[in-house]
Amino acid sequence: MQERVAQFEVDHVGFLDASGQVLEDLPEDIADLEVIKQGYRSMVLTRLFDARAINLQRTGQLGTFPSSLGQEAVTIGFSLAMQPNDRLVPSYREHGALLCRGVTLCELLLYWGGDERGSDYQQARKDFPLAVPIATQCLHAAGVATAIKLRSEPQAVVTVCGDGATSKGDFAEALNVAGVWQLPILFVVTNNQWAISVPRESQSHAQTLAQKAIAAGIDCLQVDGNDLLAVEYASRKALERARAGGGPFLIEAITYRMGDHTTADDARRYRDDDEVSSHWQGDPVARIRSYLVEQGGWTKDQEEALQADCQVELERAVADYLAVTPQPASAMFDYLYAELPQAYEGQRQQVIDRAAEGKTDE
Amino acid sequence: MSNSQPDNQPEVLRFGQALNRALGDAMRADDKVFLMGEDIALAGGPFGVTRKLLDEFGENRVRDYPIAEASMVNLAVGAALGGYKPVVEIMFMDFCTLAMDALVNQAAKAHFMFGEQGPVPLVLRTPHGGGLNAGPQHSQCLEAWFAHIPGLIVVCPSNAADAYGLLRAAINDPNPVVFVENKRLYSAKSDFPADPQPIEIGKARTARAGNDLTIVTYGNTVHLAEQVAKERAEQEIDIEIIDLRSLQPWDESAVLTSLSKTHRLIVLHEATEAFGIGAEIAARMADIGFDELDAPIIRLGAPFMPVPYSVALEAEFGPNADQLNAAIDRLLL
Repeated sequence: MQERVAQFEVDHVGFLDASGQVLEDLPEDIADLEVIKQGYRSMVLTRLFDARAINLQRTGQLGTFPSSLGQEAVTIGFSLAMQPNDRLVPSYREHGALLCRGVTLCELLLYWGGDERGSDYQQARKDFPLAVPIATQCLHAAGVATAIKLRSEPQAVVTVCGDGATSKGDFAEALNVAGVWQLPILFVVTNNQWAISVPRESQSHAQTLAQKAIAAGIDCLQVDGNDLLAVEYASRKALERARAGGGPFLIEAITYRMGDHTTADDARRYRDDDEVSSHWQGDPVARIRSYLVEQGGWTKDQEEALQADCQVELERAVADYLAVTPQPASAMFDYLYAELPQAYEGQRQQVIDRAAEGKTDE
Repeated sequence: MSNSQPDNQPEVLRFGQALNRALGDAMRADDKVFLMGEDIALAGGPFGVTRKLLDEFGENRVRDYPIAEASMVNLAVGAALGGYKPVVEIMFMDFCTLAMDALVNQAAKAHFMFGEQGPVPLVLRTPHGGGLNAGPQHSQCLEAWFAHIPGLIVVCPSNAADAYGLLRAAINDPNPVVFVENKRLYSAKSDFPADPQPIEIGKARTARAGNDLTIVTYGNTVHLAEQVAKERAEQEIDIEIIDLRSLQPWDESAVLTSLSKTHRLIVLHEATEAFGIGAEIAARMADIGFDELDAPIIRLGAPFMPVPYSVALEAEFGPNADQLNAAIDRLLL
């Protein structure tokens, strides 16, 4: 005899069409306009930051930089749903989220300029720094969520990874333990369709990436990641549930990487320009602006003032960043251990002596 | 095939191009050879080593792998046991940490445990080294880990000709080979033979003959040694440079022969000095070469420190010419 022992479904949620029109009646508890305005400002600032950072890299003033162009609604959408004492364990493209959490533009620039002081967030002290390795942060997030659960605190963790990261063992292992232990954690999979040069369909044969949660017994949802309203709403519901002891949740946010993987990449080698152009139709920034114009009476003056305000904030941050003095070479010895072992004190002294003589090989 | 090179003029090739040519030639010579890696197919590899190979050999033999190093190397072990010759690219040597079980507990053990039934002819290519502002998780030189594992072969060429010859030999080898490529060498040009052949693994090369002092090194620091040796030649200090090329097995007799001539030895590498390749060579020479030594053996490598991300800090991260000159002075002055 054969009988069905389990059955699964994956839903997709979106509230706005590509032009920003409301698709159907919005839920009563949809984010109010003030929250969306705040989110919109963060999206504008993130996009301006993105272009400026690439410009700094191209002129030799910043290290390799990963653009988040086109993904602003994901990273800012879940951030709007977070409480200040929730914890963010980000991947490397989450500039928008970090800005929402109180990390400064200057700190972000320092980090991508190779200065580790940029990870010493002055405000968001309990959020994690950007994780460049793939999917390792998912397990770290599970650890943070375990600590929260052990302390019985009404907090939740948000961790973010990409479509490529879902191929990793770390991702599967994090989901598994989060399910078994019912950890207060929201996994956001930013499906931007490309893992460097490898397209989504070469990464997994699964119909959705959301369904990877199902195998771990975790509820999931696919969300239009270019719809700020939808990302915020789905994240808020998941986080409320997690804080109340309802366990983990996974959101697959469908978006598109409009830029190169990083400034070290040239996507024209493997991706058609036509494909990229067609995705501008779904632009998350233009879409939420249309919504604000229609639903919130957002005016041209307000828009111009916002753009100007963001530009000023950005240029001030760039000036601050460029004025930071590099650490002395001996600084590399200051953070490896709480106290440098005696055996390596000589090496530290060598570096100090060399600096004193003004010698470098470069 | 003829080209525009005049006769007797050696062709000059970039290190990365030589690797590309070795992969292409090996795939043409043996249809069991296939490639796996991240971004190696359409994108041609993060450092361009697999460029255009997809066009010639197709997606069955040039395969982008879903991002999962442990999975990829374990799959390669299976493919090798199944009679194929996988050449796997791990994007940065730092990511080999993810594949350690596959390499150490599987690839290195299969032949030992299963005998003739279990050769693992896989090659794992991976770039090591700093100097590119790539940060502590993308700059490490971890070759000593692999040289410590019985069952693994480890090679690390310093120039285009050796890169070609050693990669062909590695692919022909019935054992698992970790093939280490220094990132800063990829674009470096050097002479390339008209009829390149595989180079025997385990044989060092005398990069420069000299009488006063021996520097044993490999990979990119061969060029640091050559630069310093050239400068010191003006002071009539005559330095011999041994380019190991293979780290496991390493050419003990070539090093001993050189030491027996110069009686002074520096072991130089970009990897962390503490517990490194240099420690093994120094200890071995202190034992079998004791009677030849006129001075202590000096090791020179990176400080016991992750590679800093900061450009300002990385510039001060050794080893550098100053340190090498100081070591030479200590032995000769």
